[in-house]
Amino acid sequence: MIQTLFGTVPQEPGLLERLKVGVQKTRAGLVARLEEALAGKKEIDADLLEELEHTLIAADVGVATTSGILEQIRQRAERRSLGDAQQLRELIRQGLLEVLRAAERPLPRVAEPPAVVLVVGVNGSGKTTTIGKLAHRHKSEGRSVLLAAADTFRAAAIEQLEIWGQRTASPVIRHKPGADPSAVLFDALQAAKARRMDYVIVDTAGRLHTKSNLMAELEKMRRTAARVVPGAPHEVLLVMDATTGQNGLEQARRFTEAAGVTGLVLTKLDGTAKGGIVIAIARELNLPIRYVGVGEQPEDLLPFDPEQFLRSLFE
Amino acid sequence: MFDNLTEKLQRVFKNLRGEGKLTAENMEAALREIRVALLEADVHFRVVKQFLEAVRQKAMGEEVLTALSPSQQVVKIVHEELVRLLGSQHSRLRFSNDPPSVMLLVGLQGSGKTTTAGKLARYLSQTGHRPLVVSVDVYRPAARQQLSVIARQIGVPIWEGEPGASDPVELARQARREATQTGRDVVLVDTAGRLHIDEELMAELERLKQALSPVEILFVADAMTGQDAVKSAEEFHRRLGITGVILTKMDGDARGGAALSIRQVTGQPLKFIGVGEKFDALEPFHPERAASRILGMGDVLSFIEKVEQAVDRKRAEEIERKLLEDEFTLEDFRDQLKQLKKMGPLESILKLMPGIGPFKGLKDVAIDDKQITRVVAIIDSMTPKERANHTIINGSRRRRIARGSGTTVQEVNQVLKQYAQMRKMMKSLTSGSLARRLGTFRLPGL
Repeated sequence: MIQTLFGTVPQEPGLLERLKVGVQKTRAGLVARLEEALAGKKEIDADLLEELEHTLIAADVGVATTSGILEQIRQRAERRSLGDAQQLRELIRQGLLEVLRAAERPLPRVAEPPAVVLVVGVNGSGKTTTIGKLAHRHKSEGRSVLLAAADTFRAAAIEQLEIWGQRTASPVIRHKPGADPSAVLFDALQAAKARRMDYVIVDTAGRLHTKSNLMAELEKMRRTAARVVPGAPHEVLLVMDATTGQNGLEQARRFTEAAGVTGLVLTKLDGTAKGGIVIAIARELNLPIRYVGVGEQPEDLLPFDPEQFLRSLFE
Repeated sequence: MFDNLTEKLQRVFKNLRGEGKLTAENMEAALREIRVALLEADVHFRVVKQFLEAVRQKAMGEEVLTALSPSQQVVKIVHEELVRLLGSQHSRLRFSNDPPSVMLLVGLQGSGKTTTAGKLARYLSQTGHRPLVVSVDVYRPAARQQLSVIARQIGVPIWEGEPGASDPVELARQARREATQTGRDVVLVDTAGRLHIDEELMAELERLKQALSPVEILFVADAMTGQDAVKSAEEFHRRLGITGVILTKMDGDARGGAALSIRQVTGQPLKFIGVGEKFDALEPFHPERAASRILGMGDVLSFIEKVEQAVDRKRAEEIERKLLEDEFTLEDFRDQLKQLKKMGPLESILKLMPGIGPFKGLKDVAIDDKQITRVVAIIDSMTPKERANHTIINGSRRRRIARGSGTTVQEVNQVLKQYAQMRKMMKSLTSGSLARRLGTFRLPGL
């Protein structure tokens, strides 16, 4: 049986609304400053571009990425003798969209369930909460989910995942605190195969990407997964806090090296943070953004759609 | 990933005519580089702007120092100005005259409040205080349990309250009562993570403040935070009047420019930094070091201090003498490795070094602490005679050593080879006491 990993997303009512609410603060800031930047200006001059640069930098897009995008726009503006704010805004939107589009990749196909999703990230990025929401999403689409409590390090991490297991009526495979995460993973995958589960979502301990021994642990988990389920892990999601600054790029780079990240989840987008670093990540590492987290409720995890996301930013 | 600012500035001055002099013209180019460095370090762009203005004025008024090159001189000004803004010295915790002193830990989700609560409680116990901790996070699943586990691990009492408690203010009040009755002098209150724009939860913090009159309200912030640090810090400060900042996850490679942003918008001192997952990984904030780090200059001061802490000076001098006189034995080699381990995880040590000169490339070297343990085990399995004179270690001795240390003959050979290389290298080092001392810590195989 061929199964698409994350299936098609049902167009539930209110999805766009929720996304909009989630990015509203982002939009308010960006648009306000864009308008401010363009007020009373008919031509694109150095001042204007500098202000636009500030807008992108304030969103954590980063100096290099911002310069790259603005340079592109500068060239296009020359060719088209761009006149007003609207056109300029559209150009920026297109520039950003191209970056995000280029990084898109199809969802992995799973030859034989269970689909194994490894969730990784630095401490406090929101992995366990994201897993709870992800389990909720799959369950509401009628798929069965098993959770693996492979964060055996942080105090009460297992309990936290178990509560999410109860909330979403998903079984949780756990060991004692301090156990080998790969052993937990092994048992979880065996259990999932025996119970014919559709998904196994694996919680891992938060780790800074600079700790090579902990990063090596992720490599080991990958190997373990592949031994039990051919082709696993099918998806490796890097969970990143939207407040993350320029270090996010290095995070993504190192986690991709060690754990083979296949996509990002951008969390805490319901605050005032812009999460612009994902644009830099998409540009540099070609990593797609799979989901965005916009709140603490189980349903506050939305599929990331670059066009929709940018439209919400610029409308 | 980041170029060292000094290197960049050197390039700037080299590319400009009139090299060797600080002029209005090359100063502009230098300021542009500084701007990029600060933005890459996540300093808020408005803060950067103000900062550059201050630097420009200072630099223009500065007398040209003949001892320094222009790039060094600019870096010096930038560094001094950064240090000045970050606070000129380490800022201590305040305590109430009427104990217990209540301290609130506040911040966004995932900034590291609960772990910091554990570290701070441990720090307080070790500095002669008697802390009691309480978690008033009634929202996040298993949050209160997390603090209970931590309290047990560090041996600090916790007020657990009712499992189903839902009122943070009441929980904190109970904890304070408990502290008074049991003679605890500090109550550390771990609050739920919240967004600064969450009206309801921000109001809850105001109620906590009102009910407890905390002597410290510590804003816990992630060192990896980007431009948004300004907004959250500003809002927490506006609502609560924070009294200090703790910057967490400084053991990563984030440059931590958020420190400057937060300091600028709140005016409150940075008190501690979190540098690891263990509960002793809490250090006082040093403006000097933070400034170097923001500028990507490495943290040479911290490194030197760590080395000095771990090294018995007399022993170091003896090693130096031995090296010079070619008496450096396997036993000394083992001592060196043990001292190296005492300095803490090797990665955190290596990170402190600037990515220049002899240290270039060292940062990316993956080092396993276990490898040192293995080398020490191999040397431990030798007889005193063998340790004193490695030339007698023949094939059968090697096999015995491998068996004794649970390793292979190849590994034993490797260690002997490294030891021989190290002796050779040591002998070739001639001048500079720091270089010599660092040299003795050089890890085998690097």
